[in-house]
Amino acid sequence: MTGASRTSIAQHAITPAIYLALLIVWEGSVRYFNLPAWVLPAPSAIAITSKEWAPELLFNSFVTLRETLVGFLIALVLSLPLAVVIAFTTTTRRIIYPILLGLQSVPKVALAPLVILWLGIGNWPKIVIVVLVCFFPILVNVVAGLESVPKNMLDLMRSLRAPESVVFRRLRIPIALPHLFTGCKIAITFAVIGAVIGEFVAAQEGLGYLILISTAQSQTPLAFAAILLLTLISVMLFYVVELLEKRLVTWTP
Amino acid sequence: MSLGDLSVGQAAAQPNRAGSAVELSGITKVFGSGNEAVHALGPLDLAVEAGSFVSVVGPSGCGKSTLLRLIAGLDSPSEGRMLRYGAILDGPSRDVGIVFQDHVLFPWATILENVMLPADVFSLPKAAARGRALRLLEMTGLKDFASHKPHMLSGGMKQRAAFCRALLADPQMLLLDEPFGALDALTREELSLELSRLWQDLGRTALLITHDIEEAILLGDRIIVMSKRPGRIRLDIPIDLPRPRDVNTAKLPRFVEIKQLARGLIFTPEQD
Repeated sequence: MTGASRTSIAQHAITPAIYLALLIVWEGSVRYFNLPAWVLPAPSAIAITSKEWAPELLFNSFVTLRETLVGFLIALVLSLPLAVVIAFTTTTRRIIYPILLGLQSVPKVALAPLVILWLGIGNWPKIVIVVLVCFFPILVNVVAGLESVPKNMLDLMRSLRAPESVVFRRLRIPIALPHLFTGCKIAITFAVIGAVIGEFVAAQEGLGYLILISTAQSQTPLAFAAILLLTLISVMLFYVVELLEKRLVTWTP
Repeated sequence: MSLGDLSVGQAAAQPNRAGSAVELSGITKVFGSGNEAVHALGPLDLAVEAGSFVSVVGPSGCGKSTLLRLIAGLDSPSEGRMLRYGAILDGPSRDVGIVFQDHVLFPWATILENVMLPADVFSLPKAAARGRALRLLEMTGLKDFASHKPHMLSGGMKQRAAFCRALLADPQMLLLDEPFGALDALTREELSLELSRLWQDLGRTALLITHDIEEAILLGDRIIVMSKRPGRIRLDIPIDLPRPRDVNTAKLPRFVEIKQLARGLIFTPEQD
């Protein structure tokens, strides 16, 4: 084995090693201080509970993932055309943009009870909350992207007498693409939070609901398992967006 | 390989060698208004003969880039009249190719796609335009880089690609806004001699804006020296040096003479 490959293996091993060490310290502290499981369960206790409750955990993960994805996609579909309209028509921009920026400042969490009040307790209120939290980061970033075309590139297009449709296709879309992904990366992490908030307020299923009932019944290991799964979902979704970005944005600006 | 077989059909006819490609009379350009108004240019009269290569040289901030933007139709003058091939000049024309100071290549597109941009905008036949683009890339030594992205190329190569793009639709006139300004001295000299050959084969009208006196003399049929802001014409003389020109042209007594004259004018204040 060469020195170089040894260093590379060491570098790859360092992150898992740190996590493992943290788990051992956690497990050891819980045992040493004899902490009750309802305050802080040991990793081993969480693992055992996860195995016992596996079907419920999986089902509720699926519910939360579905709310998150559907909400995110609806937000994407709604925000893209609106971003184009805002970027291109001065009147719409003057009228709509201040309203939207104002709305963006409203803490969406505070709206959750209202949404439930209006839409009942099915899947839709959660999806609507997810849409609300995803919509603005995508919209604001895409508008900024469409407007961030360098002046010299616009001059080049003008010198060719390019119609706006061509400028849009050949110039604005590629320029806006990295901004779209920035917005999506923010939105997708917000989306998971939005779904959980919806489930906290009123739900019969989902990981948020599971956390709520398990803590109410002092089933803390189960709550921890659900939180762990939420984190996993969030991280996984973020990396899916990042992977798409790497596929589609292949240039360095 | 000559450039003669490069015509794409659209503007294949020989340019009209008689008359003016561009005619400016009483042009001024003022930016802003009131107390903050900046008088950038003029009053200035200028006629660029069709088929000629005119170099405009001047100190930085003399409004020479403003002049090019006016001729390109990207800006409009505050006063005066502009004609392009006898018609009122009031906007950009597809008969004019521009090479900007920075290459302005799209980083997401390949070199070939970048060079073919005018064909896409003008909806020219794809196959013919592609053939012409590839021939231009071959002539400028970029053939092997057609499918590369711009960031993989050196500064000189990117500027060559920008030249190819400007030449793709076979424009009647080429406007060059300090096209070598961002390059190192060696690449500059190499590229400018290359451009000189290219232009001689093409026989199109060209207007070069530069702050480099030697470059202006080496390339031009005529040199125009501009004053400090507001930019006016201080000297306008033909460059009666033989073509084709090469590195040795700079050693000719006449070259040195014109250089001294231009340099003297740039560094001495105007006497009114």
